[in-house]
Amino acid sequence: KMSRYDRAITVFSPDGHLFQVEYAQEAVKKGATAVGVRGKDIVVLGVEKKSVAQLQEERTVRKICTIDDHVCMAFAGLTADARVIVNKARIECQSHRLTVEDPVTVEYITRYIATVKQRYTQSNGRRPFGLSALIVGFDYDGTPHLYQTDPSGTYHAWKANAIGRSAKTVREFLEENYNADTAASEVETVKLTIKALLEVVQSGSKSMEIAVMRRNHPLQILESAEVEKVVAEIEKQKEEEAEKKQKKMKKSS
Amino acid sequence: MALADICKLNFSSKSSLTTLPSNEEVFNAEAQDCFSIPTAPQAASYLSHLSKPDSDVHIKFNHGTTTLAFKFQHGVVVATDSRATAGDYIASQTVKKVIEINPYLLGTMAGGAADCSFWERVLAKQCRVYELRNKERISVAAASKVLANMVYNYKGMGLSMGTMICGWDKRGPGLYYVDSDGQRLNGSMFAVGSGATYAYGVMDAGYSNDMCVEDALALGKRAIYHATHRDAYSGGFVNLYHMKESGWEHISWTDVKDLHYAYKNEKK
Repeated sequence: KMSRYDRAITVFSPDGHLFQVEYAQEAVKKGATAVGVRGKDIVVLGVEKKSVAQLQEERTVRKICTIDDHVCMAFAGLTADARVIVNKARIECQSHRLTVEDPVTVEYITRYIATVKQRYTQSNGRRPFGLSALIVGFDYDGTPHLYQTDPSGTYHAWKANAIGRSAKTVREFLEENYNADTAASEVETVKLTIKALLEVVQSGSKSMEIAVMRRNHPLQILESAEVEKVVAEIEKQKEEEAEKKQKKMKKSS
Repeated sequence: MALADICKLNFSSKSSLTTLPSNEEVFNAEAQDCFSIPTAPQAASYLSHLSKPDSDVHIKFNHGTTTLAFKFQHGVVVATDSRATAGDYIASQTVKKVIEINPYLLGTMAGGAADCSFWERVLAKQCRVYELRNKERISVAAASKVLANMVYNYKGMGLSMGTMICGWDKRGPGLYYVDSDGQRLNGSMFAVGSGATYAYGVMDAGYSNDMCVEDALALGKRAIYHATHRDAYSGGFVNLYHMKESGWEHISWTDVKDLHYAYKNEKK
């Protein structure tokens, strides 16, 4: 019976599931959407900003965090768990710089975060971390990377990915619209990220936060005015395409 | 433990002096990388009498040696002598004082031979694990730091090791001096051991970064020879290596006696 095997996470169910890990993945699916796109010279992260209460200070809600000068991450899931992971990752980045005299590679720090997450799926008395992370950055040799980790402790490299609410929809959108030409252009990469988020986010630029990282530059969070501009461009393009379609249909009928 | 059971001895875990290592700890791979330290607080002060020269139990290490290494435009030249002395007795004339950590990393030996070879072998293991985990070779900076951090744990407990870690990595030729005091220095030229001063003199006189390979190797060889000529505790053979981009190459193992007559004839 399912209920007997989902208390202590160190127990496998008879059909090979770790239910606590799967429940953690459910928690991730409920979280606000995050999108990551890897370009040739730029990496972009976009997150859905949940509406802020009237009296709440907006600035204190940050879902995109710097891990080091050249690596940053966005997450979907439990914010408090993310804080713990981000903290550990930040310390590990500095520890690596101290012992190896080199900045971490994006793969290394992703592997570290994934190892931490896996450890919590195999010890008793502890529950898994309820978050998936999108980790972006540039290695010392200049190669851009985008990695995704999930509560089970696995990690994979992606060209573009989405996590959290409606991740599937966004990922399908990315699959259809990501190509080498997009990746080669900084402007197009940013545009694709915003477009992808707009699939999920209704109220436009006010409910999204976009951050970009260029090679050898620190993370830059785009001003809402800038995002607004791109959103307006995208809307205009959509309208133009809709008009074209209508004209075509009129002609054919 | 079986013997303890037969003798009906009771080792309570509370008494720290009587906890003996379990089978697991003795044969465990991780435990092999370190020494058992006495379970007293501040083990360094407890062990300091081993390193005080006037102490009854002072361990006298043979620091008699000359080792050198220098960077130049075509890589790193590494040269050592091969004499081991125990007081006034020459224990061996054929000691290998260059430790091949892996095909692109070399370590030299000065001070306690066991300390050098043991810790450099542990370093070799750590370098290999790094390579497997990160899918790329370890840098010379990182390798030397691993060694320095390992021995720093035993600072003050009587380790004696003065080594130069030489290699070629992404940043080019690398040379670090690491010793058991916890010192770790990056540099272009080092000489370590009782004959170091003689070697420095000869190296400084002939060194230039733009040397050709032949001249650099000859300089390294000559510097060791001169050190063996004047330092009683250095001698035997000159062991010469060249560290290139493709890894190290063993150049020669020359009897200093032959070098003596060769240089003498050159002067004529």
